[in-house]
Amino acid sequence: MSTLIPQEYRERTEAVPPFKMHIVSYKLGDKYFCTVDNVDPGANIARAEGSTRENAEANATAKARARLEYSATRIQQV
Amino acid sequence: MAQNFAHPEVLVETDWADQHKSDSNVRIVEVDVDTEAYKQGHIPGAVGWNWQTQLSDSVRRDLVPKAELEILLSESGIDNNTTILLYGDNNNWFSAWAFWQLKIYGHKDVRLMDGGRKKWIAEGRSLTTDIPSVPRQIYKSAEPDFSLRAYLSDLMKTVGNGEKAALVDVRSFDEYTGKILSPPGLPETCQRGGHVPAAVSVPWGKNVNDDGTFKSVDDLKKIYEPLGVKPDKEVVAYCRIGERSSLTWFVLKYLLGYKSVKNYDGSWTEWGNLVNAPVVRGERA
Repeated sequence: MSTLIPQEYRERTEAVPPFKMHIVSYKLGDKYFCTVDNVDPGANIARAEGSTRENAEANATAKARARLEYSATRIQQV
Repeated sequence: MAQNFAHPEVLVETDWADQHKSDSNVRIVEVDVDTEAYKQGHIPGAVGWNWQTQLSDSVRRDLVPKAELEILLSESGIDNNTTILLYGDNNNWFSAWAFWQLKIYGHKDVRLMDGGRKKWIAEGRSLTTDIPSVPRQIYKSAEPDFSLRAYLSDLMKTVGNGEKAALVDVRSFDEYTGKILSPPGLPETCQRGGHVPAAVSVPWGKNVNDDGTFKSVDDLKKIYEPLGVKPDKEVVAYCRIGERSSLTWFVLKYLLGYKSVKNYDGSWTEWGNLVNAPVVRGERA
């Protein structure tokens, strides 16, 4: 069984008003993986992989940003 | 586990998982919200279960049927004496859901890996994309114990019975108030926003530390007891589709040792689509 060690683990948060996204990325083998969650409640909303961290994060955050921006249009008055 | 949990045997650290990943008496199983995550890399030797296709009856919107669970476990190399160690993404949301179902079906030794997939990766522990070849076993499930599950009728009885019962809404506060109809970025599955009358808001994330591990007993008690969610009550937890509330069910039943805790897996996707059901919008009425 071939095994790999995840490396260069990184987490950060960006605002997509009124929401936030939490971006996790790491390297596994020769690929970078990125997952994005919505901070509150912390559900995964996008994922991507790429040959560089920038590429993986750009693809994942673009998907996440589009989904959060749509959700922002659905906010209800309470 | 250094914590003084009521049932410490059901929670293991990543170190324990690492040491037992080749133990033939232990089957490690990854269950993720993101059903593709397992393919990206998993704990060596771990099998992957898909919650959408293998842990539910998607036609009836129900638990996995007993006969299908027996096949899944048998093909996963699990017999009735195997220790099943579950872990997954999103702080074990769906691995807790799998835990809950396995307890309904009477499996004795089920455990969660504290911190889940995120902690394993953050600690730089090994992953593989190889799918393990496991020897088929024969698994025989017990008859389901539905005392762990709340149905709509149970919830209707809970409303207005605050002296004996406590209802915990584990969604985000914005879902609880009805400001949003689903977690941001995810599809809406209800017609109306708000919460079940008398439910208190304790978002699932309050159960865990920043690294995804569960908080201490003292810290958990400080969260629940001031809100009336006490050990002597009949407690029901709910969320949107039942997986986040599985995690809270796990906390209340196994970490704090509450006697009567049920997971209402119908959750807001059921209640929020009912005709003529009481709903509170905004903060608690």
